[in-house]
Amino acid sequence: MRGSKSLIDNIDWITVGLYLLLVLAGWLNIYAAVYNEEFESIFDTTQRYGKQLLWIGTAGVIAIVILLIDERFFSTFGYFIYGFILFALVAVLVVGAATKGATSWFVIGGFKIQPSEFSKFATNLALAKYLSTLNIRMTDLKTKLTAAAIIGVPAILILLQNDTGSALVYGAFILVLFREGLSGNFLLIGLVSAFLFVITLVFQNEVYQLPFDVELTGGWMLILALAVLMSLVYYFNRKKKQVLLFITVIFITCSGLVKSVDYVFNNILEPHQSKRINVMLGIESDPFGAGYNVNQSLIAIGSGGFSGKGYLKGTQTKYDFVPEQSTDFIFCTIGEEWGFIGSFVVITLFMALLLRILFLCSRQRSAFARIYGYGAAAIFFFHFTINIGMTIGLAPVIGIPLPFFSYGGSSLWAFTILLFVFIKMDADRLEVL
Amino acid sequence: MRQYESRRIVIGAIFLIVGIIFLIRLFYVQVIDSHYKLDATNNVLRTVVKYPARGLIYDRNGTLLVYNEAAYDLMVVPKAIEEDFDTAGFCALLEITKEGFDQRFNRAKNYSRYKASIFEKEISARSYAKIQEQLFNYPGFFVQTRTLRTYPKRTAAHLVGYVGEANSKIIENNSYYKSGDNIGISGIEKHYEKVLRGKRGQEVQMVDVFNRPKGKFQDGAFDATAVSGSNLKLTIDADLQAYGEKLMQNKKGSIVAIDPSTGEILALISMPTYDPNLLVGRQRSKNYGVLSQDTLKPLFNRALMAKYPPGSTFKSINALIGLQEQVLTPSMLYSCYRGYSFSGRKMGCHVHSSPVNLEFSIQTSCNAYYCNVFRSIIDNYHTAEEGYNVWRNYVTNFGLGKKTGIDLPNELSGFVPKTDYYDRYYLKGKWHSTTILSLAIGQGELGFTPMQMANMVTAIANRGYYITPHIAKEINGQPIAEFDSTIVRNETGIEAKYFNEVVEAMYKVVEKGTGTSAKIDSLQVCGKTGTVQNPHGDDHSTFIAFAPKENPKIALSVYVENGYWGSRWAAPIAGLMIEQYLRDTITRPHIEKRMLEGNLIGTVPKIASNEGE
Ligand SMILES: [Zn+2]
Repeated sequence: MRGSKSLIDNIDWITVGLYLLLVLAGWLNIYAAVYNEEFESIFDTTQRYGKQLLWIGTAGVIAIVILLIDERFFSTFGYFIYGFILFALVAVLVVGAATKGATSWFVIGGFKIQPSEFSKFATNLALAKYLSTLNIRMTDLKTKLTAAAIIGVPAILILLQNDTGSALVYGAFILVLFREGLSGNFLLIGLVSAFLFVITLVFQNEVYQLPFDVELTGGWMLILALAVLMSLVYYFNRKKKQVLLFITVIFITCSGLVKSVDYVFNNILEPHQSKRINVMLGIESDPFGAGYNVNQSLIAIGSGGFSGKGYLKGTQTKYDFVPEQSTDFIFCTIGEEWGFIGSFVVITLFMALLLRILFLCSRQRSAFARIYGYGAAAIFFFHFTINIGMTIGLAPVIGIPLPFFSYGGSSLWAFTILLFVFIKMDADRLEVL
Repeated sequence: MRQYESRRIVIGAIFLIVGIIFLIRLFYVQVIDSHYKLDATNNVLRTVVKYPARGLIYDRNGTLLVYNEAAYDLMVVPKAIEEDFDTAGFCALLEITKEGFDQRFNRAKNYSRYKASIFEKEISARSYAKIQEQLFNYPGFFVQTRTLRTYPKRTAAHLVGYVGEANSKIIENNSYYKSGDNIGISGIEKHYEKVLRGKRGQEVQMVDVFNRPKGKFQDGAFDATAVSGSNLKLTIDADLQAYGEKLMQNKKGSIVAIDPSTGEILALISMPTYDPNLLVGRQRSKNYGVLSQDTLKPLFNRALMAKYPPGSTFKSINALIGLQEQVLTPSMLYSCYRGYSFSGRKMGCHVHSSPVNLEFSIQTSCNAYYCNVFRSIIDNYHTAEEGYNVWRNYVTNFGLGKKTGIDLPNELSGFVPKTDYYDRYYLKGKWHSTTILSLAIGQGELGFTPMQMANMVTAIANRGYYITPHIAKEINGQPIAEFDSTIVRNETGIEAKYFNEVVEAMYKVVEKGTGTSAKIDSLQVCGKTGTVQNPHGDDHSTFIAFAPKENPKIALSVYVENGYWGSRWAAPIAGLMIEQYLRDTITRPHIEKRMLEGNLIGTVPKIASNEGE
């Protein structure tokens, strides 16, 4: 009954196709980002694009192996894999190598393996296994605490490696918990305070020129926006009782949060302290002063215009003005060389992938597969949002890779595993009773 | 959990909202807003670092000790080198070989083909004038200005220290420093690095494809002007410093002179020294190699880092402790029969009249007298351990056996053993005042730096206290006390009246004792000679002194290695230093001549000066 024939029939080729398109586009842009007349062979493994080709090839092998493994392997060994990864996270703290201040690598025979990339997959697996256990209710305190522990332990271990960016990714699992019954208030509070906090940090030093010679700083601008938003909420809910009180309380709380972040950063903390908080949040320090990197990135993207400068014709990205170009800022190359058309295509591809995963989730019979799918989508979404957001000045500069695009073997392998395990679950969905 | 099925709509909506926000933002940035589009011809940026001028350093009288001279880094952008580049002409211009060119060019290319990197660093102003005239013929090269330290007085090398390039370890540990930055490596340059360095600036220029600057990027929004470092005024008297270095030429040793009323260091001399101009710019590493190989160790700052037993000069301290502890009075007499016998052993002494009182004991430097004093201090307590701790406490109150806290790096703390040191050697409770009797005459385990000894004299000159010694007087015209809270008055715990007894005796030493060669007409000089036993060769000559006796203006310690007795070299040099500082003239040229001609090292240092450059 489980022949290779039926496997091929059951695989969701749309998802696989989106994956292949993203990986291909990613490689083309890594090639462009480090393109150099002197090393023209695409197979030159001394260059990043050559190495990435190697990573892509091996990722393909991994994908095929996953598709051939029995689906039950993942549910059976979910906790085991999770435990193994936790062990690796602890081990890397002890014997790992440090890059850019973060101790997150194993160096094995010239290859660098980053366990934190794989732990997202393992955590997702363990969380799905736990939440799919019979008689688990998200409303129970015990469930909440256990889920929080499954998510929190690897996040804390990664924090200890000094890799705050990767640790923040675990916040994405709140979407999964919400889907499985966590009160929407948690999601709302989490989203709103994270949003306000980050947006305040990003905009705190901006000054906006409004009509009638009114100048507003970023903090006040946010409060103004909040007031407008809350008025709208009130307008649509004006028939409900108590809604005015509720909205007023929320408005005051949010304004307080914005102003206090604003105030603490500008008035209480010494510059080096605010800098440390930024570093703690994983917001990268700016070597040429506030906003230089983001500005460079915006110039690269902005100079692409509507249709781009043409493949391999980018100048901003070429002259190394954009930092971490083939890794965290890979989107700049897309924006510069392919213009708005390229950006549109890439964003559409990601949206299509994310929504496709949600669609696949809804057709799963097993809670395990469904929860796993939501987890995968949440992780992809978080990376997508922060990574592209930072290159266009909408999110703080936190160094996490753009899935399938950024240069790096560990991340490509890890994202491939994350996705293909779900594709495999989906392919076998009819066998689940 | 099917009841939450509808929540996938919420999640999907969140995804879509972010996607739509991104598209709107991208459309704005890429299509609508022209703010982010650089002019088509000015499409590359170049960051030019503006190096700040390092703060200048003056002596106490405003004489310039260290200033900056312009120097130039020749930068290259490898990508901008054209096919028909005239390599031969360029090599001739720079006076380098073709191999040298290739080596530098490849290094730059390996760093980045598109970003500028240093091709040749720290070209002198003179060489630059010639290069500049023709540089326009060689597109791809441009010049970045920086400064080089210059030392017009050629003195005080150890004290001022030197500046060097920040190495990778410094850059890793301190986010301020970047490759190519300079940093103070030793001396004042190191200790006051943050004061002197200023703040690096930058200019982000737009550059066209031919590497020609096309103006400032975003009207200089990311530019920062370099802020010069603060100027530093030292407490050093440049003339006294130079004179001391001259007196000590061809000798090994050290002179430290302090103004007792303020703790200001007037001279800090370590010999042999070197011309500080040797450790500047392109020849630095070559010269550093030569200097560090030199067997006379010219880079070693003896004033702060050499540790000698204090010898007889320490007897004054034991006298003071005895007086304060009430186990000694000035009139008390001890007999000396060419030494002091104890438990079958004998500490020898030279021939002099006996019995001996306090004044004569210092004047003639009687060993037996101090054996008696030391034993009565220690044995005044129940156990030797208790007595020793009391004694040790007084000694450290003089700033001995601990860092004086001078504002210079790498100061040695010296050594006064703690009781556990003796417990290890002789077992706890098994050692007595006689076991450690050599401390009575400043020998044994004691080890102090010339700096600590000068500080000790300061405490005697002040009759009971010293101000933390320091070498910076003003930062940008503001007194150093406003920046440095460690400059405080330190008490010895010994009453002033006891000091007067010892000071009187030290005055007699110079008037008619072992230190007459430091005597200056109509100036009341107080001093004490010493001989430091040296197991490796001839003994070291040492002398501590201060003057005038009342309201002292200068206190100093002089060490001349292998100079036999204190009276032979150290005392006359101390006398000349005092006269130079207080009178600005030398009344005994024959002594000066003997000191200048004295050669105790037999050889001349390998490189003494930098005249050639
Ligand atoms: Zn005697």
